[in-house]
Amino acid sequence: MKRLADRPAFWGWLFITPWLAGFLGFTAGPMLASLWLSFYKYDLVNLEYVGLENYRRLPLDPLFWKALSNTFAYAFISVPLGVAGSLMIALLLNQKVRGIPLFRTLFYIPSLVPSVAAAILWQWVFNAENGALNLGLGFLGLPTPQWLQDERFTLPAFVLMSLWGVGGARMVIFLAGLQGISETYYEAARLDGASHRQQFWHVTLPLLSPVMFFNLVLGLIGAFQIFTQAYIMTGGGPNNASLFYAIYLFRTAFEQFKLGKASALAWVLFAILLVFTLIQFRASKKWVHYEGGEA
Amino acid sequence: MKRFLVWIALIGGSVFFVIPFLWTVATALKTQEEIAKDPTRLVPMQPTWENFPAAWNALPFLSFVENTVFVTLVSMTAQVITGSLVAYGFARFQFKGRDLLFMTMISTMLLPGQVTMIPVYLIWRQLGAIDTFAPLTIPAFFGGGAFSIFLLRQFFMTIPRELDEAMLIDGASYWGILWRLIVPLSGPAITTVVVFSFIGNWDSFDGPLIYLNSPENYTMSIGLRLFQDTFGTNMGQLMAASLMHIMPTIILFFAAQKYFIKGVHLSGLGGR
Repeated sequence: MKRLADRPAFWGWLFITPWLAGFLGFTAGPMLASLWLSFYKYDLVNLEYVGLENYRRLPLDPLFWKALSNTFAYAFISVPLGVAGSLMIALLLNQKVRGIPLFRTLFYIPSLVPSVAAAILWQWVFNAENGALNLGLGFLGLPTPQWLQDERFTLPAFVLMSLWGVGGARMVIFLAGLQGISETYYEAARLDGASHRQQFWHVTLPLLSPVMFFNLVLGLIGAFQIFTQAYIMTGGGPNNASLFYAIYLFRTAFEQFKLGKASALAWVLFAILLVFTLIQFRASKKWVHYEGGEA
Repeated sequence: MKRFLVWIALIGGSVFFVIPFLWTVATALKTQEEIAKDPTRLVPMQPTWENFPAAWNALPFLSFVENTVFVTLVSMTAQVITGSLVAYGFARFQFKGRDLLFMTMISTMLLPGQVTMIPVYLIWRQLGAIDTFAPLTIPAFFGGGAFSIFLLRQFFMTIPRELDEAMLIDGASYWGILWRLIVPLSGPAITTVVVFSFIGNWDSFDGPLIYLNSPENYTMSIGLRLFQDTFGTNMGQLMAASLMHIMPTIILFFAAQKYFIKGVHLSGLGGR
């Protein structure tokens, strides 16, 4: 019988203890608590069991549908555009031309701007009278919408703003993926007479598909939780045109203190994201290519 | 020819990305009159620093900065230290259920924060920690999140085990191996975690928004929001205040850039 301290397993458990404790105390426990709370009415004073009432009432709340449709529209437009944009920049930065490190930094700068500062900055870019965007559009003789005051343009404005960040971490991940593709694949393709375009579609893209998948899954989850920008720039308006799900949830929880309803909202969000993530994992079998055979 | 086109695309693209930022800088350096007259000019006619002290003195920015620095430094340090411990446990020891736990940890990255937000708030409320820095710092002492643990673990795995074994034979403890061998060899990964952690904490908005009530406890992000609410029509001062919030992250990024890119790269985040 070896002493406990001689066994690697003991040390393994000991070293991961901080995470394990945090996982139980700050993730798993609160998750269960939030599920439990979603069956109650709770306003920090009175706690009353209401069964499925919180869930049953959600579809009757027009703001719930508004928040859901805004968030879906934002996520399903901004994520594909953003992932494509990040890939394009990564492809550009993977070229062998002068000054690449400088350009990489310049493209990265927007994602270094803290979200509150970015929101304040873009609020001014979108300013209807003397914002840079409308002054530029006006100069070109194009229409100059009231971006953040006209409910038809609010969502496009947030999508446009989200594209400012495409040079950030997601792009760096694509770039790392590109640089990990062995030159021998391209040599083989060239020997077979493949053009640049064919090399991109038949070598680069398949080998990059795991990274693409990673970026799509995390991108969608992130986009569904859009909060800070809308909270600061429009407060969810005008006429709830930018009432995103996270804003709606935040108000329900911390302004109206309907903590049971807010917990139900959180679980609905979680269920939606779970479904979309599972669909993506399913679909990925058809298009994601793992080196070294079937995964 | 192709190179030329790539160059044009790179220059065009970076102009698009940098102009809004330059515009912030330009506006912060303009007088109120010039902003009204010619808001888009990227080079101020008469550059002035006056917006900076004016913004700085309008609200207690010194205390916002102190609070943010405190929260950021404590969280960052805790995240690097406890994250290294956990990553080392996952990278170097065999034990039952390890891979399942590791997968569980990775999958927490997919969990929307809203699912835990309310009960966690109620816990801190119960502990009387509302309007203190505890809810913003203490969670970092528990490994500091799946992403940084994953990044560190991937990097630790690339360090040859023979080095560990040599130190074991020389009588070193696992604790000693971690801090005297693994961590010193993991500069790029540690730097990457430091940069991400710094930016994440510096930038953090919803945590301070939920937990901090009194302005003397505000961090920069909600302080800036307060400034916008109060003096939002003075664009020059607003942009000056924003820049004070932006500059530290940019400076840190430039200082750590070399290691940072390498850390992302070597940690196999490229999906290989």
